[in-house]
Amino acid sequence: MSTVVFAAHGMTPAERLRDAGWIAFVAFILGVPLIGLTTVDVGGRLAVNTRFGLLAAAVAVAFGGRLALRWAFDRLAARKASRQRAGSAISRTQTIANVLGWIALGAAVALPIAFSDNRYVVDTATTVLIYVMLGWGLNVVVGLAGLLDLGYVAFYAVGAYAYALLSTQYGWSFWEALPVAGAIAAGFGILLGYPILRLRGDYLAIVTLGFGEIIRVILVNWTEFSGGPNGIGSIPRPSFFGLAFTRSAPEGGHSFASFFGLEFSAMHRLIFLYYLILVLALLTHAFVSRLRKLPVGRAWEALREDEIACKAMGMNTTHIKLSAFAIGAMLGGFAGVFFAARQGFVSPESFVFTESAIILAIVVLGGMGSQMGVVLAATLLVLIPEFGRNFAEYRMLLFGLAMVLIMVWRPGGLLAHREPTLRLAKAAGGEQ
Amino acid sequence: MSTLLSVRNLSMRFGGLTAIDDLSLEVPAGSITGIIGPNGAGKTTLFNCLTGFYKPTFGSLVLAHPTRGDLRLEALPSHRVARDAQVVRTFQNIRLFPKMTVLENLIVAQHNVLQRASKFSVAGLLALPGYRKAERDAVERAATWLERLQLTQYADHAAGALPYGIQRRIEIARALCVDPVLLCLDEPAAGLNPRESAELNALLTYLCGELGIAILLIEHDMSVVMNVSDHICVINYGRKIAEGTPAAVQNDPHVIKAYLGEDEEAGVMEESTS
Repeated sequence: MSTVVFAAHGMTPAERLRDAGWIAFVAFILGVPLIGLTTVDVGGRLAVNTRFGLLAAAVAVAFGGRLALRWAFDRLAARKASRQRAGSAISRTQTIANVLGWIALGAAVALPIAFSDNRYVVDTATTVLIYVMLGWGLNVVVGLAGLLDLGYVAFYAVGAYAYALLSTQYGWSFWEALPVAGAIAAGFGILLGYPILRLRGDYLAIVTLGFGEIIRVILVNWTEFSGGPNGIGSIPRPSFFGLAFTRSAPEGGHSFASFFGLEFSAMHRLIFLYYLILVLALLTHAFVSRLRKLPVGRAWEALREDEIACKAMGMNTTHIKLSAFAIGAMLGGFAGVFFAARQGFVSPESFVFTESAIILAIVVLGGMGSQMGVVLAATLLVLIPEFGRNFAEYRMLLFGLAMVLIMVWRPGGLLAHREPTLRLAKAAGGEQ
Repeated sequence: MSTLLSVRNLSMRFGGLTAIDDLSLEVPAGSITGIIGPNGAGKTTLFNCLTGFYKPTFGSLVLAHPTRGDLRLEALPSHRVARDAQVVRTFQNIRLFPKMTVLENLIVAQHNVLQRASKFSVAGLLALPGYRKAERDAVERAATWLERLQLTQYADHAAGALPYGIQRRIEIARALCVDPVLLCLDEPAAGLNPRESAELNALLTYLCGELGIAILLIEHDMSVVMNVSDHICVINYGRKIAEGTPAAVQNDPHVIKAYLGEDEEAGVMEESTS
């Protein structure tokens, strides 16, 4: 006997509504004296004022909150139940990865608070997060779809230059340019994808390597378009919902510091940038994790496993490959936009082959297809050279040695475990 | 019984090598057709032509699809042969998705249905009810086939780590998830022990007899071919040398010659057996 774990509902929708209705009713009863009626001092005498608008809002919040809470509880319970049914199938590695993930998230959120006056730490952490995001993007192409891409930095460059040009030439803001630059990068992904549909493995790697170089060489030589080796400078920085991070507030407006009544500090912008890339990276993570569990994600993994079998199952491998390239390129493009906005300056020097190699190393060291592995590897690959600064000229030697040691110690990557996208849980005693 | 697939004057040449030479063949609907022949006779090449992996040099492959009319298989790319013509194959040297679980293998086989339900992943990303239902149905369907092929206990195991005989069964289960009208099995009994072969026989009889799926079967294991086939076609050097019921084929002098070789004293055996 087998049962399918999907919606293990604790309550039906009608029950939930009734439950939330009761809570709202209680809130209303309590709220009438507490919120609905208030006494005000009118000329030395007390008078009663009504605030039914606020009361209605409070009751609505209680209703909605209860619904959300119930839903969250049921989900948790369902998840726990399905885990128990799956029994020992959830491996230790996965548990470790989960725990690591939550610790890392907590640390990432707390970091700028703990080091709010340490520019170096916040800057380095921002760099780590850029690489994490790039790693997650490349993970789609290399880790999931199994298409070895040595020119990933090209999409990073496309995103960065798209924002640089859109903002300096047409005055687009960061938030306007972000989706457009992502779309342009995705377009380049498809452009690269088409000619290499028939290639695999080594041959694919060579062509993608060439593509990465083509983009860089174009950026160096097409001076009228990209500013050539001089790059593009004075790119506008992203603002906080229209509030700029400047010392003095603009005429008739506010800067970030003046709006919140803070003393101006250059750290505000850095911390804002840090949280911005953290949010972008988390969105990327949520997006990729979700895609992996959808038909398209499973198709990517199937493509990595056996392309011929994919065709025999009626899957259009052209579409699957192009979607992997497009999604991967789009995420790289987003990271590029952020990079340009953070630096305020882009030049072809930032998009050399070494960058592609580092991003690929992050994906491979982390364990192909592993999201948490990417975080770990990105942190290591950014921090090892930083710590190695004391060793001056031996720095890169140490970096290489560390990479070799990691691969000897864990040939499959730091966290090489693959978690299935769905499970068929067995009812007790259902084993045949 | 009506004809499901007609192979007409099929030829496949690789440079100077002729793998299939003017082969014509009819596969009746709702029956099991066995294809046998010595190694290198062109059996797998026939499958590759049939399922779009090779483009035949000459000839036509017409499938009388029950709902979509006549389809010219030689003109379709391989993924459309499986998707639109519903002609699904397995491979001689098992091609599963080894790192994915057995259940995932079976879900991937339903990719086209699910991808349509996920509306380019938009409905899927938002976990809309329509998509979730489609996914539930897909798992249900996979679970049914797992149950039927006694694979339920392996559902959450990585497919590549399982024993050979089980992988063979998984490959058949995966092909069945594509909802085939014609199932092409390339040596499904290779590497199976006698008990597993007997189970395979029962399965093939069930698929064809109960579900009406036509089966095209390449097989060297005579205990399988001779027991389940309604009709057998013998190929040698890319040509059809005999055709008929298992009993007739077994006694055909050309077949015996192809398998056992010809006696030096020309035709002695041929005379004595016919």
